[in-house]
Amino acid sequence: MSFGAYLARRTGGLLLVLLVTSFIVFGLLYLAPGSPLAFILGPRGGTTEQIAAVTAQYHLNDPFFVRYVAWLGDLLRGDLGYSIVYRQDVSALISGRIGTTLALVAMAALLIAVVGIAAGTFAALRGGWSDQLTSTLAAIGLSTPSFVIGVALISVFAVGLGWFPTFGSGGGGMDTLVHLALPAVALSVASAAYLARITRASVLEERGREHVQTATVRGLAPGYIVRHHVLRNSLVPIVTVLGLTIATLIAGAVVVENVFALDGLGSLLVRAILQRDFAVVQAVILVLVVAFVLVNAVVDVLYTFIDPRIVLGSRK
Amino acid sequence: MTDHLLRLDDVRATLRLRDGEQTLLNGVSLEIGAGEALGLVGESGSGKSLTTRAITRMLDPAFRVSGEILFDGASVPRMNAQALRRYRQRDVGMIFQDPRAHVNPVHRVGDFLTEALVRDRGVDRRTAERRAVALLDEVGVRNPEHRLRQYPHELSGGLLQRVMIASVLLAEPKLILADEPTTALDVTAQSDVMAILDEQRRARGLALLFITHDLELAAACCDRLAVMYAGEIVEQGAHVYDAPTHPYTIELLGARPSIDHRVERLPVLRYDRAAHELLKTEAS
Repeated sequence: MSFGAYLARRTGGLLLVLLVTSFIVFGLLYLAPGSPLAFILGPRGGTTEQIAAVTAQYHLNDPFFVRYVAWLGDLLRGDLGYSIVYRQDVSALISGRIGTTLALVAMAALLIAVVGIAAGTFAALRGGWSDQLTSTLAAIGLSTPSFVIGVALISVFAVGLGWFPTFGSGGGGMDTLVHLALPAVALSVASAAYLARITRASVLEERGREHVQTATVRGLAPGYIVRHHVLRNSLVPIVTVLGLTIATLIAGAVVVENVFALDGLGSLLVRAILQRDFAVVQAVILVLVVAFVLVNAVVDVLYTFIDPRIVLGSRK
Repeated sequence: MTDHLLRLDDVRATLRLRDGEQTLLNGVSLEIGAGEALGLVGESGSGKSLTTRAITRMLDPAFRVSGEILFDGASVPRMNAQALRRYRQRDVGMIFQDPRAHVNPVHRVGDFLTEALVRDRGVDRRTAERRAVALLDEVGVRNPEHRLRQYPHELSGGLLQRVMIASVLLAEPKLILADEPTTALDVTAQSDVMAILDEQRRARGLALLFITHDLELAAACCDRLAVMYAGEIVEQGAHVYDAPTHPYTIELLGARPSIDHRVERLPVLRYDRAAHELLKTEAS
């Protein structure tokens, strides 16, 4: 399959997934108890006239499909809707926060890749107590919730040692990097532990391959064999897990963003759900879906570089 | 005798298992002179491959190895890591049974052929590729420049085995260890590949340890044969094929089906471990 055909098929798939998820999310929010009315009118409620006015303004009484199609039409024109809580366009809300989340996820992804692959390879090649230690640490990392790690990091490195700020996303550049360091660590621990285990298993398997014997019997340097013939061939499962991890990190950032009071997509989503700010919830979820599909498409393309036997779009 | 290129003296390899030990090489002694070809034959599990692994020190660490292996007078078991790598790089070349499994599938054929030259011999990439192309041409690979850019899965088994042979010849070793180099290939490719290996070896005056199940083939392209049974060499020499003396060798040679006449049942070897042990006690 050519790259163009693959891209076309993948884009079609993305649109279909978006259509289905948007319908499900819209439907679920429609079915969910509670109404934005309660938030707009405040705890005391409003008069009958006020309720009628707000209901008419936001088309709250229109039938489900009418509202869905109207929303979908707006979406196609690039209008993500209007937040009734923030009294702002949803696209403005998202674009103001997506940078923080992207920076956080990028830092966490880098940490996960470096620490996970290094620890897994180390455990597989050294064996013995190094392997035991790494596996134990991985089990601990995997089973500790990110908010616990976040709170622990804050109390040690931010409050105790004062090396890092306790909250906020900083004012750009290095400042942002320093602000996001602890949240990125908290976000990456569990995934790095998982990736370490996957890497360990994959490296152990690839190290036993016959072609590694060929390389050894040819007298190639051990370090070169590990990099060029073992790690290089272990990459398919590693990249698969890394891709899935990065895709889920965006959603996983919700908890960490709340712990560290970061103004990212995650905290926006949580607040929007609590306040029944439907337009925001839908838009953020669509962004997450797009990110998920994009990351997976990138992973698919990467496969063909990692293993020449894999052909784009084939089912083998 | 110091003019032997390779000499194995009473090599034993014992596998340590949870419940006791199992001796898989039981005192193997053999010699190969420079430029000489020795055919190593025997049943599956008799220790032929283990012998080549012992020669290249590629046995699993779970083996306890004793005995002496001398290459050009240097003790292989006593080599340090650096000397061992040098020995593997320059002195011995190994051709494996299944090229499909023994060539890394994710790198191009050209990388496989040139990596040892570029990494360990200080040859620049362009020169290494030129040499690889010349050698592929010599081992009968057509359109060698194109082959260098291909991946192993795009080549047939026979072609890939020629690539493997070329990769060994590129290192210019003194001894080639060929562990059933044609077993995984289809019949037409088998004779081609064997002919090329034999021809190139003779032209370059390289020594060969040739492992096979094919007794005719071994007799045709080797100066001497060594017959293995249960981790021991029971008989070796130039006479083995035409005038065997050991009961096992006689039975083994007698068990080959003839193409001249029909037989109702193929003969079964009656020689077994009990007979083997009995013979050994009688001899000593």
